[in-house]
Amino acid sequence: MLTRLVPHPLLSLTLVLVWLGLVNTFTLGNLILGSAIGLIIPMVTAAYWPNRPTLARPLKIVEYGLIVLWDIVVANVQVAMIILFKREPTIRSHWIPVPLELTSAEAITVLAGTITMTPGTVSATLAADGGSILVHCLHTDDPDAVRDEIKSRYERRLKEIFP
Amino acid sequence: MELIAELLIAASLVVSGIFGFVGSYGLVKLKDTMQRLHAPTKATTLGVGGVLIASIIYFYVETGYVSVHELLITLFLFLTAPITANFIAKAYIARNMKQTDLPDSQGEYGWSVYDDPPEPPPHG
Repeated sequence: MLTRLVPHPLLSLTLVLVWLGLVNTFTLGNLILGSAIGLIIPMVTAAYWPNRPTLARPLKIVEYGLIVLWDIVVANVQVAMIILFKREPTIRSHWIPVPLELTSAEAITVLAGTITMTPGTVSATLAADGGSILVHCLHTDDPDAVRDEIKSRYERRLKEIFP
Repeated sequence: MELIAELLIAASLVVSGIFGFVGSYGLVKLKDTMQRLHAPTKATTLGVGGVLIASIIYFYVETGYVSVHELLITLFLFLTAPITANFIAKAYIARNMKQTDLPDSQGEYGWSVYDDPPEPPPHG
């Protein structure tokens, strides 16, 4: 009964929070309206969520978020330095294939987003079976080190979050 | 308004201006599409972020309330920027590159731009 009423608790919670954020004032009326939205939308769209990801270890998610935020700041400075101070012919870009151990679509999506937002790398495309991801690196002398850092810094943590 | 708040707002605006400028300059300086893609996806994140931080501080000092809109803008930006970059990269690969230009995917299947995915298992 409860799973039919709230098929996707995380989505419901997110929708309520986003609604309260959008109206920007916390009142009882807004909370009720937000809760209604948070209940109805997951019910209507339940058919489109065939497998829901299970999230383990909420603290790891916070840790991951903070690491990514910090890396984004570092990435901004690094890319700005490359753009401003490196002469154009000395910029060596590489295509780097990164084999994936993650299997769930949600985990791969988060990893691809993280790669794009962080130091000097953009995720370009996936292998047809989702077994590896193609990363474009703006400037590096050691493509293998970039691949190992992505695997050890992000993928290892995502594997703990999405078991 | 307090001097400290004004200093913080000014500092964030200057930082965001610098990064926004560097991001746009990168578009001019870098030489191909994939390299240019790096400039707006990153340098601009901090550019927009600086304006949002300045906005949060300003409205907190002015009205006494913390505005949540800026946090939502950040959230939506983080959700949409990688997707846009990914679409541009895919379109670029499909239009301008041959399969032999890219490194091997090191798996059974090639990159999804060129290769068909495996048959999905039947729903049971």
